Amino acid sequence: MSTQTDELFGDVDLGWEHLKNRLFLGLIFAASMFGVVMLALLLLDILTDFYVGLTEFNINLVDFLTRSGSRREELAGFQGAIIASVMLVIVTAFLSFFIGVGSAIYLEEYAPKNRLTRLIEANLANLAGVPSIVYGLLALAAFRNGIGLGPIVLVGAIALALLVMPIIIVASQEALRAVPDGVRNGSYATGATKWQTIRRVVLPAAIPGILTGTILALARAIGETAPLLMVGALFVNRVPYGPFDRYSAMPTQIYAWAAEPSQHFIHLAAVGIVVLLTIMLCMNGVAIYLRNKYETEV
Amino acid sequence: MSTQNTDERLISTEVQTGENARANLPDEPVLAARGLDVYYGDDRALDDITIEIPKNKVTAIIGPSGCGKSTFLRSINRMNDQISVCRIDGELTFRGKNVYDDDVDPVALRRKIGQVFQKPNPFPKSIRENVTYGLEVQGKSATDEDVERALRGAALWDEVKDQLDSSGLELSGGQQQRLCIARAIAPDPEVILMDEPTSALDPVAASKIEDLIDELVDEYTVVIVTHNMQQAARISDKTAVFLTGGELVEFDDTATVFENPADGRVEDYITGKFG
Repeated sequence: MSTQTDELFGDVDLGWEHLKNRLFLGLIFAASMFGVVMLALLLLDILTDFYVGLTEFNINLVDFLTRSGSRREELAGFQGAIIASVMLVIVTAFLSFFIGVGSAIYLEEYAPKNRLTRLIEANLANLAGVPSIVYGLLALAAFRNGIGLGPIVLVGAIALALLVMPIIIVASQEALRAVPDGVRNGSYATGATKWQTIRRVVLPAAIPGILTGTILALARAIGETAPLLMVGALFVNRVPYGPFDRYSAMPTQIYAWAAEPSQHFIHLAAVGIVVLLTIMLCMNGVAIYLRNKYETEV
Repeated sequence: MSTQNTDERLISTEVQTGENARANLPDEPVLAARGLDVYYGDDRALDDITIEIPKNKVTAIIGPSGCGKSTFLRSINRMNDQISVCRIDGELTFRGKNVYDDDVDPVALRRKIGQVFQKPNPFPKSIRENVTYGLEVQGKSATDEDVERALRGAALWDEVKDQLDSSGLELSGGQQQRLCIARAIAPDPEVILMDEPTSALDPVAASKIEDLIDELVDEYTVVIVTHNMQQAARISDKTAVFLTGGELVEFDDTATVFENPADGRVEDYITGKFG
């Protein structure tokens, strides 16, 4: 430091303040890395088991993906579970998307700002926080046993649809809210009715956000285990014939395998997890792609 | 009746010259307010407004912030209906019919009275779709000629004719505002309301809009809210001055309002003593 600097700023001592700044930066950086590191460790663990499964237990990936379940470990495959899960997600999407987006449109575009609306919104927020097993219990009591549908794909899909519906509603509400009011007013002032405005201007602008939220919700649904266990989605590991057939989905099949005493089955579970994670990450990737593609346009 | 008016106009345009051609046209009111009060909840936004807005002229509404100019504009095409706490007393007629009568559908009214907003608000759609929107929601099919006519009317055609299918949001702010004007005139309304249409634009873009308003008024009645007094003086035939409290304190020919206002408060406002 030159004498001039000393003369000007000599009375200002910032050393300790700058040190605090660096310390705090380090702390919050470590906090934000915690999740990433944990995920990496988890992935490492699964990938190790996956690798061991492929090499030591000679699990052939093609056979794994094209065979149905079997009591004999060397013949067991994942095909039935994958197809059951895809079916579940499609039926879930069908059940939850229209009701969810419809509710969101009502709440954002039509509902008067009164007590009833606030009650509905508060309940939705609560529903989004209800543990998934409770939805399983509901589906078990009302649909599997109540109206006697049995442990079929449709009942599992109902449980999952109830589970993800609040998420879809909240995501859709946010997407609708992000459409600027100026655009709505422009439409009204051009002589459009409310429904024309929603159908032609608001929904097209909000649909990327709605789809992103829906896909993320469905990616959560595909990995849900507890509600499916509740409604009895277990033990039948073959390709279901349709939405009224019994099934075992990917997560429940992994759960069943992981509970087996045989090391071979446990490594089958690891391979199953990798398949499930791959599908989930692909769904998330599609959601991120949609968001990035459209976010600049509105 | 309309033939007669056209004749009168032809006669008077002959004797008049240049920019003041419209000034001596007889005033045929197309919009009129009588004792119009507008409340937001318990707050009175407009206080007993009585005004007659003439056809095919530019009527400017000026006044300080919060004086109710935009509220007045929005009550003409019933955009205030969107605000649940808004309540209206008195009469506001469009060609003699009170627009607040029970048998008037605000959607139908807005098909006759278009609006351009302060902030350009094109739809996130192509330029073509923006222009055809008004016709399509009215169940009419829009032709390429309709698109060209509206865009020419908004002095935008030459700039966008090669990119009609690109997004309206890719245009500059001034172009977006002219696209909004094209959107408003495409369904051929009778009145165009403009709520500070140039306040979000740079001076060059603003002056293009001003020139455009001068042309639009041959076919449409224009009511423009502006906080820019020079703009009101440049482009309008009639000027209404609103002052705080939602009062209409002066309404007359623009030249009279600016050069020889009857009300002392208007003179103070125009000369910049407050506002």
